[in-house]
Amino acid sequence: MTTLRNGPDAKGLFGSFGGQYVAETLMPLIHELAREYEKAKADPEFQKELAYFQRDYVGRPSPLYYAERLTEHFGGAKLYLKREELNHTGAHKINNCIGQILLARRMGKKRIIAETGAGMHGVATATVAARFGMQCVVYMGSTDIDRQQANVFRMKLLGAEVIPVTAGTGTLKDAMNEALRDWVTNVDTTFYLIGTVAGPHPYPAMVRDFQAVIGKETREQLLEREGRLPDSLVACIGGGSNAMGLFHPFLDDASVQIVGVEAAGHGIDTGKHAASLNGGVPGVLHGNRTFLLQDEDGQILDAHSISAGLDYPGIGPEHAWLHDIGRVEYTAITDQEALEAFHTCCRLEGIIPALESSHALAEAFKRAPKLPKDHLMVINLSGRGDKDMQTVMHHMQQKEAQA
Amino acid sequence: MSRLHTRFAELREQNRAALVTFVTAGDPDYATSLAILKGLPEAGADVIELGMPFTDPMADGPAIQLANIRALANKQTLAKTLQMVREFRASNDSTPLVLMGYFNPIHKYGVARFVADAKAAGVDGLIVVDLPPEHNEDLCLPAQAAGLDFIRLTTPTTDDARLPVVLEGSSGFVYYVSVAGVTGANAATLEHVEQAVARLRRHTDLPVAIGFGIRTPEHAASVARLADGVVVGSALVEQIAGAANPAQAVDGVLGLCRQLADGVHSARKA
Repeated sequence: MTTLRNGPDAKGLFGSFGGQYVAETLMPLIHELAREYEKAKADPEFQKELAYFQRDYVGRPSPLYYAERLTEHFGGAKLYLKREELNHTGAHKINNCIGQILLARRMGKKRIIAETGAGMHGVATATVAARFGMQCVVYMGSTDIDRQQANVFRMKLLGAEVIPVTAGTGTLKDAMNEALRDWVTNVDTTFYLIGTVAGPHPYPAMVRDFQAVIGKETREQLLEREGRLPDSLVACIGGGSNAMGLFHPFLDDASVQIVGVEAAGHGIDTGKHAASLNGGVPGVLHGNRTFLLQDEDGQILDAHSISAGLDYPGIGPEHAWLHDIGRVEYTAITDQEALEAFHTCCRLEGIIPALESSHALAEAFKRAPKLPKDHLMVINLSGRGDKDMQTVMHHMQQKEAQA
Repeated sequence: MSRLHTRFAELREQNRAALVTFVTAGDPDYATSLAILKGLPEAGADVIELGMPFTDPMADGPAIQLANIRALANKQTLAKTLQMVREFRASNDSTPLVLMGYFNPIHKYGVARFVADAKAAGVDGLIVVDLPPEHNEDLCLPAQAAGLDFIRLTTPTTDDARLPVVLEGSSGFVYYVSVAGVTGANAATLEHVEQAVARLRRHTDLPVAIGFGIRTPEHAASVARLADGVVVGSALVEQIAGAANPAQAVDGVLGLCRQLADGVHSARKA
């Protein structure tokens, strides 16, 4: 039978997306990484160790929680939340970090670099680097440093060096450029721990595999609880790792409707957004061919989103492909809609979601009332909102001032 | 016969190395950049690399990043870069000119349209940093079919097993990135350069140019004794960054170019 789950091909391509578009200095290392990853994946010892850390260090499996009050409130679909925000460090990011650091150790690397937007991936990287006694350098845009002070402090507490990136607009894309420059300079000693399903092959596939634990658990948990598969899945997308992790195990289940939610910022038509699929065109950046926000001359445009974690002008190549073939529906949610969903979730479920995850909630809340009560919908609650207190406070004060 | 082939053959006959200069198109603005470009051959540049500005120059250090930002701030586009080449060719038909940059602006422009327009404008070759041989079909093959040379970067990490893969389909010359790192950073030792050139010569008959971290006439001269070409970029671009006005930028770049040319051209006479 044909499957949508065996990508990428030997060249790292999902359809025409993905690939290995990097400088020659990095090519030998990337090939080595791909070989080492394939070996590790097939090694029962590696898988055993990964499972151990997922359980005892990360706290997996994360619960699949029936959101009873949200369900009642919207009066339609039965809403389940996959509680990735309960993981150690407060988001799904650690699933991938644990996997990659075990691989880095296997490859004899002692120095870890990472890029971070909201700081969640930076914190998760700093965490595993501390646990495994490795040097850790995190590149973070200066704009993001300003809006995510608490995470910067966390990384420093964990022993990481946080290097501010002032180039460009000082956000995730610029941090990724700077991490790539570090990598090319320190290629012999350094492992680049990429935080999302983007970058040159094998990263998109490798990060997906480490995150796919989300979807595998969801499948088992819902089968146990409801005796059947979900009718729909909803997850937010910046680079797209939490979404890919949830979606991948369900790609071949045609009955499961899959919805990815991009950040529409102030609105797609304003140009101030981070929706690469809904508002971008294919191009090549950061090692892969994918949909990008760019101008007529192929210059990369700045993304905008209230949530730093979605503030990226590209998207993982597997999403670009799933969009292209129509298997996954990609929608977009504005800053304002995400904020409203944030408050609704806080008040009705006693769960403070990350602003990133609030985009998924907002899309789910739009759909739920129109769906029958036996429709099972799973929303990936990819992170907790503690890091977003300042941003939300700022917006509430603005709103009060306007009123 | 391509201009690159002819130029390197002439220089070999004269027993001297090529000075290969890099500047970013449109830095700091179109008119000044064109004046620099037109002045380079007379100032001693044997081969010209012209950077195509990009917002995200991932393999470049601060000097060339800033050059990209200056050019883009003054609305340089790929179409304007090709226009600049056409204007240069109106008065110079002999100095080889190679466009250097990243793939996305070319991808957006359209590969078929780009190689046709570049060839028609008088471009001789392309260096595209983020297109390894794994992606030859994206641009290398169409460019070569149109008669443009495709110049590969080889690096200290390109081992003997991989080198033939990288060199296959290379034409014009081979650009050896002498240090693992970004442009404008540290330089390699002469011992490393010597070994690297010897290794490359075992694999190819193409001329070998050495780049990354070469800043002074003395340093350029010492590399010129070992290789067929010496690439200088960041040091020239910094002359533009430090200039108070366009005239100073032109004088600064061409002045340094003359000094570098003296070093490179007299290197093997001493």
